[in-house]
Amino acid sequence: MALRAGDHSQVAMNGLKEKVLTLDTMNPCVRRVEYAVRGPIVLRALELEQELRQGVKKPFTEVIRANIGDAQAMGQKPITFLRQVLALCVHPDLLNSPNFPEDAKRKAERILQACGGHSLGAYSVSSGIQLIREDVASYIERRDGGIPADPNNIYLSTGASDAILTVLKLLVAGEGPTRTGVLIPIPQYPLYSAALAELNAVQVYQDNVYAEGSQFHSFKKVLTEMGPPYATQQELASFHSVSKGYMGECGFRGGYVEVVNLDAAVQQQMQKLLSVRLCPPVPGQVLLSMVVSPPAPSDPSFAQFQAERQAVLAELAAKAKLTEQVFNEAPGIRCNPVQGAMYSFPRVQLPPRAVQRAQELGLAPDMFFCMRLLEETGICVVPGSGFGQREGTYHFRMTILPPMEKLRPLLEKLSQFHAKFTREYS
Amino acid sequence: MQRAAALVRRGCCPRSPGPWGRSQSSAAAEASAVLKVRPERSRRERILTLESMNPQVKAVEYAVRGPIVLKAGEIELELQRGIKKPFTEVIRANIGDAQAMGQQPITFLRQVMALCTYPNLLDSPSFPEDAKKRARRILQACGGNSLGSYSASQGVNCIREDVAAYITRRDGGVPADPDNIYLTTGASDGISTILKILVSGGGKSRTGVMIPIPQYPLYSAVISELDAIQVNYYLDEDNCWALNVNELRRALQEAKDHCDPKVLCIINPGNPTGQVQSRKCIEDVIHFAWEEKLFLLADEVYQDNVYSPDCRFHSFKKVLYEMGPEYSSNVELASFHSTSKGYMGECGYRGGYMEVINLHPEIKGQLVKLLSVRLCPPVSGQAAMDIVVNPPVPGEESFEQFHREKESVLGNLAKKAKLTEDLFNQVPGIHCNPLQGAMYAFPRIFIPSKAVEAAQAHKMAPDMFYCMKLLEETGICVVPGSGFGQREGTYHFRMTILPPVEKLKTVLQKVKDFHIKFLEKYA
Repeated sequence: MALRAGDHSQVAMNGLKEKVLTLDTMNPCVRRVEYAVRGPIVLRALELEQELRQGVKKPFTEVIRANIGDAQAMGQKPITFLRQVLALCVHPDLLNSPNFPEDAKRKAERILQACGGHSLGAYSVSSGIQLIREDVASYIERRDGGIPADPNNIYLSTGASDAILTVLKLLVAGEGPTRTGVLIPIPQYPLYSAALAELNAVQVYQDNVYAEGSQFHSFKKVLTEMGPPYATQQELASFHSVSKGYMGECGFRGGYVEVVNLDAAVQQQMQKLLSVRLCPPVPGQVLLSMVVSPPAPSDPSFAQFQAERQAVLAELAAKAKLTEQVFNEAPGIRCNPVQGAMYSFPRVQLPPRAVQRAQELGLAPDMFFCMRLLEETGICVVPGSGFGQREGTYHFRMTILPPMEKLRPLLEKLSQFHAKFTREYS
Repeated sequence: MQRAAALVRRGCCPRSPGPWGRSQSSAAAEASAVLKVRPERSRRERILTLESMNPQVKAVEYAVRGPIVLKAGEIELELQRGIKKPFTEVIRANIGDAQAMGQQPITFLRQVMALCTYPNLLDSPSFPEDAKKRARRILQACGGNSLGSYSASQGVNCIREDVAAYITRRDGGVPADPDNIYLTTGASDGISTILKILVSGGGKSRTGVMIPIPQYPLYSAVISELDAIQVNYYLDEDNCWALNVNELRRALQEAKDHCDPKVLCIINPGNPTGQVQSRKCIEDVIHFAWEEKLFLLADEVYQDNVYSPDCRFHSFKKVLYEMGPEYSSNVELASFHSTSKGYMGECGYRGGYMEVINLHPEIKGQLVKLLSVRLCPPVSGQAAMDIVVNPPVPGEESFEQFHREKESVLGNLAKKAKLTEDLFNQVPGIHCNPLQGAMYAFPRIFIPSKAVEAAQAHKMAPDMFYCMKLLEETGICVVPGSGFGQREGTYHFRMTILPPVEKLKTVLQKVKDFHIKFLEKYA
């Protein structure tokens, strides 16, 4: 190695300054990206968990991660049938086991037949296993009262996030005043703002509808029923996921997008873009297949499947109601009805002195509130500033997912903290 | 309401409701009612067209699943419909997917995965204790003790620890820090994430990324997508596809004129070329990167696929470390591995990891932030990776079967590598470098000038023309060398060595016959 003698000390002195990849040299779009759901407050929550493990004394014994829509992490059980079919696909020796129901075995065999080498280990086609795309199309048709869906317009994806990012990527073009603009709701799920930051320019909760009188209508169905020119010209992409609903299979990263009225050449481009990543995870595709073609009433597994599904959704509905109720009992907290999804997004009154203190610390006022909440109670929620809100209003997003027996005490603890916080800064 | 107002302003009017008008859902009725004024709307242009879409995406090409593979799919459909062809099946020798070509998964790996997927099986006497132990360890590290929870964006903690332990063992004790390990959705995900963070600047200061020619076309695709500058360095075909530092230097110097070259990508063992770099070569490359201030990407997904007895896999990490602190404290390196290759062939699980060395701590924070937007890599893929880095060891119940299966797969691949190299080299007009590793042959083919003309008439690259004809006449699908890059005026194709031995022999014979006929036809 032809190192010159004097180089050693020079190199030793250079240290961090001399790196190729620094905050200054990195992709500026990436630098702008923020994703509050796993942002600073969650990093702090991780630190606190670490401290608890190390035996540091805290005013609480556990950190409650009410920041992320991850039902199974909070104790929700997976649906038995889904896991049975997947296990049979993973280890087909189990097809000979007496401990699995016949309908699960039939479904597993059907899927394996459709896989390369009859194995989950083969890459699938980039848009997903054809059979499963057909199952998704059938599901959409049934869901939408008979309105046809074309499997060729369905692309399986690595969670809904992946498909949303892909479609946004296709759409973003232009420069300066012609740069693509994307309308997003405020408050929003911060995937959208993060994607737009990264690119330098959604209806996932279909099964989670609780409020009486509320019903889910897919955009596809309404669009079609409005007839031409809407039905024939309006470009639409609709997304779904196995992470939510009654399934809660976040870790498997399963999802799909249905595209309507897309230019055929653009669809080819989309297929090409997807092909670079080869394919979405096949286990996630398998779970999606079960979600869209679950046991029928005549199947042996139906009773248990239905019971489990109803139990999950009923519990979520009860927790939604409870959350709304308890929060609305607290002065200074107002919570709109939780009609669906799995979160509450209550508005909180913060005294002006608290707002001032936050500003002194360089924090958004609701971030200040949430950080204090975390430090004093171990409850981790995400400040509204991470989702967007009207100027001068403050919110936080909390999931309704903690186990039922823990939820009421948590909600009350949070309300009490808010009262204390309000007194402190009055 | 806003939409209705906009429509009113523009004076547009939708036509009457369609065939579902009578049984419209209440939602559609409500929406229609809002749009009280319905001016006539002429047929309008789509918002998203080839012209209006992201131009970077348009520029992307990925030959491994490109036009020839689409054609293969069409032919398969025709065969299914009973259309007569000179062959009865399409052989997909275009993609490194071992299990699709009949390779069996490793039993132990699938046992642990099944236990993790459906933990009721932990009570079953049909699973060995060592598999159960690993499954319990993984599940305990998951939220809610389930594969169904999101993991930390960097990956499940104990799996990262297992990866670090594996790397340390693999590299003869050179330590690995779990904090430098990021689990990914296949290696492709990690590679594109790192490249994304690296690309910046504009005009002449736009980031340049050095890639080998021939390359695995993920690199060119990501570079296109990111609007970065591709900087080609040529591997030396006459010298077993060796990497020559002088060529690196030449490429870098030329690139400095029009971009800011910051990144050097290495694929070892090589794809499509199959060469395994010598230790000396790796040291030379590291020294070059150090000297020229380049960020090193080492794509090492074929680290278990080394067949030539004269070759050995040396990780870039290990060599870097062993070169001493001047290098090991300074050179920024990202190394990649995957569950898709090796002896495992678990492509569909999308498992992988990257190990980063000497990254600025603030950059590591940025990396986690970027990864967090996608939440986490598939946990089942993470679990698969865990088994790869933490396999049965001698003394454990499952060791013998595991070892047997692993050796059988690798032995088989080595045999097929040699077979392919030998058979191709017997064909006049085909020359195949030794397949030292990976899972592909990338032979050079002589294409007569008449065929080159015919290709040009069809507006195709000559080797695409050749491969299309091969596909149409024999059903064998390979990828033209133009999809990977090659020196001007040379032609190649990439074929996998994955079909079962007997089928492989048939395939090679068919390619030979086709080639001879092709030469005669265009003589």
